[in-house]
Amino acid sequence: MAATFDLNDSEVVVIVGSGAGGGTLANELAQKGVNKIVILEAGKQFTLEDIENDEWAMFSKLSWLDKRVTAGTWSPHRTAPNLPAWICKTVGGSTVHWTGVSLRFQPHEFKPLTTYGRVLDANLIDWPLSYEDMVPYYELAEKKMGVSGAPASGMPELPKSNNTLVAEAGARKIGYKNVVHRMAINSRPYDGRPGCQQIGFCVQGCKIGAKWSTLYTEIPRAIATGRVELRPEAMVLQIQHDKSGKVNGVLYADKNGTKHLQKARIVCVAGNSIESPRLLLNSASSKFTDGLANSSGQVGRNYMAHATAAAFAIHQKPVKMHRGTAVAAIVMDEQKHDPSRGFVAGYNLIVLSQGLPFAAAFLRTPNGWGREMTSVLDKYDHMSGVWICGEQMPMEQNGVTLHPTEKDQHGLPVPIVANSDHANDALIVKHALGQWRKMNDALGSNRIVEVPVWPAAHNLGTNRMSAKASDGVVNKWGQAHDVKNLFISDGSQFASSAVANPTLTIVALAIRQAEYIVDQMKRKQL
Amino acid sequence: MDQLKEKALSSDAASLSVTSKEQLGRRAFLKGSGLAAVGVAVLPAVGLMAPAEQAYAQKFERLSESVGKTLVKMARDIFPHDKVPDKFYAAAIASYDQKVAQDAQLKSMLDSGVAQLNAEAIRRYGKAYADVPGEGERVVLLYEIEQSAFFQKVRGDLIFGLYNNKEVWPLFGYEGSSWEKGGYLERGFNDIDWL
Repeated sequence: MAATFDLNDSEVVVIVGSGAGGGTLANELAQKGVNKIVILEAGKQFTLEDIENDEWAMFSKLSWLDKRVTAGTWSPHRTAPNLPAWICKTVGGSTVHWTGVSLRFQPHEFKPLTTYGRVLDANLIDWPLSYEDMVPYYELAEKKMGVSGAPASGMPELPKSNNTLVAEAGARKIGYKNVVHRMAINSRPYDGRPGCQQIGFCVQGCKIGAKWSTLYTEIPRAIATGRVELRPEAMVLQIQHDKSGKVNGVLYADKNGTKHLQKARIVCVAGNSIESPRLLLNSASSKFTDGLANSSGQVGRNYMAHATAAAFAIHQKPVKMHRGTAVAAIVMDEQKHDPSRGFVAGYNLIVLSQGLPFAAAFLRTPNGWGREMTSVLDKYDHMSGVWICGEQMPMEQNGVTLHPTEKDQHGLPVPIVANSDHANDALIVKHALGQWRKMNDALGSNRIVEVPVWPAAHNLGTNRMSAKASDGVVNKWGQAHDVKNLFISDGSQFASSAVANPTLTIVALAIRQAEYIVDQMKRKQL
Repeated sequence: MDQLKEKALSSDAASLSVTSKEQLGRRAFLKGSGLAAVGVAVLPAVGLMAPAEQAYAQKFERLSESVGKTLVKMARDIFPHDKVPDKFYAAAIASYDQKVAQDAQLKSMLDSGVAQLNAEAIRRYGKAYADVPGEGERVVLLYEIEQSAFFQKVRGDLIFGLYNNKEVWPLFGYEGSSWEKGGYLERGFNDIDWL
């Protein structure tokens, strides 16, 4: 039974966004008995019926296409100047299009400053929580999401596709031993959802729901409690506060552009690492002149999209990479911190596929045309792909700021997303591309084609957590240092990027945050 | 609101026309040039009906036959696939024939782009672009205009118009939508035999 709540009901917990963070938090709070929750989601609601095995059609349906501006030296500034990020604007957020890779952080990755030491130009801090703190929540998240290959789910890894087998063979030839396929995709029926049929098109939304997404797990379960109201196509414009500085409502625009003020007891922001800091900056007031919860000046800073690049290998015989899950394997042998390689931190090689339409769009040989490019695409069925996922150093100048003049359809400044590689990031990418080349050379591949960085799927760090209020925006619970009834519930609270795809950690943090919020509500602290 | 969104998204475009959200999405992604304003929408069936291997029956009505023919040749030279028949390049270009009816700036860009390309071809080789026999010679001419809005527009639109044509996919071994066939779990997702 779907609940509805009055705009003037000041007991409502408002959650902004319905993705990995917001969708999970809503369900966790509702299951624990929090009885008035409103999810405001900017995007439309789709169902499995709406999902197509069509790259461009689903890109158009799911993506966040409101105007954004890129800056910095990263390649989207040249190749996609108004699309810094490839993330979703839909109920379920980017869990609709994510690949399902579910890796935990390594213990040392919660202590980057301690582990790597001071790194010139990097704004490193340690997380205010440890791997040991996170273990129980990682287990809960792996069980909730159905991570195949994780003991918590009891499911074995997915069966190996051609693309998996090619990656494993290449990795083995150069002495790598740690190739895994840990995915929130059912390898057999689990939690009321079917096993994977190796359809491909994970990134276009899983047609059968074998991949975990809040769209068809957390959100319907949250609504079924009768404690949660989901309002799709509700774009939050501003968070408001009372004289004491506590937040007390959010202003949002519905699909017709009509503005509403929803009163709130607690506000949890989970709009991903571009919109979440943008919302705080757009909520500046006479009391908070630099933006809400921004006494540290760190709102919008330390943006991380991983140290990354991509490449395709062309093999001598067919691979047919499009057959099977979009991510086929994760080569983890370089995830360690090993300064003897000439850089701090590490990286994973995410072995993946793209369909012909996206391979053509992403493939930018130097000129992006001519036989140099078409001789690659002619071998489409001989290709395998990799996306490098390295730890990116946080830098203060990488981040989200408000455009001085350009406004969106609601009259708010559009975000500028600046990103440039730290010197360490560039070394990681160079090493990773070299290792990918060795893996494929060893298999007799006759050509490796490097692909420029594409719009960021992982967007992190722009409201980071910190032990000290001067270093970051939120504490170890995701609670704003400056405003105790304001929470950040998405990847923008990350203090570092690690080498893991972020979703599992976002979900684990949301489960943990829900426990804290319920505890604080019981104690009348919230 | 949709119109406002289009406006916000298109404010950098020199030539605006009525564009769908879908096209704008592609444009944001494919950004070939700051002047790109419209994508290629629907692939007409007419080009796909051509009987002969390399011949194509595409008629250009709003673009002149000469401009259409030049753009088809240019399309092949930008993305030359020996295994792809001309009819698919023609099909990609044919969408312009419909678009220019509502978009005078696009027509002007294409007409003047082709005119300049032909002028340079004649200056250099004594023949119009499409009549220069050697691909290498024609590609030299394309390098000269590679940075132009005209070239980048055609290149960017071809990414969609050529590679998103489902009729073209089998030539590349790409199999498209699979869920309705039960995916590949029982249909060769692990059929590799050379490792």
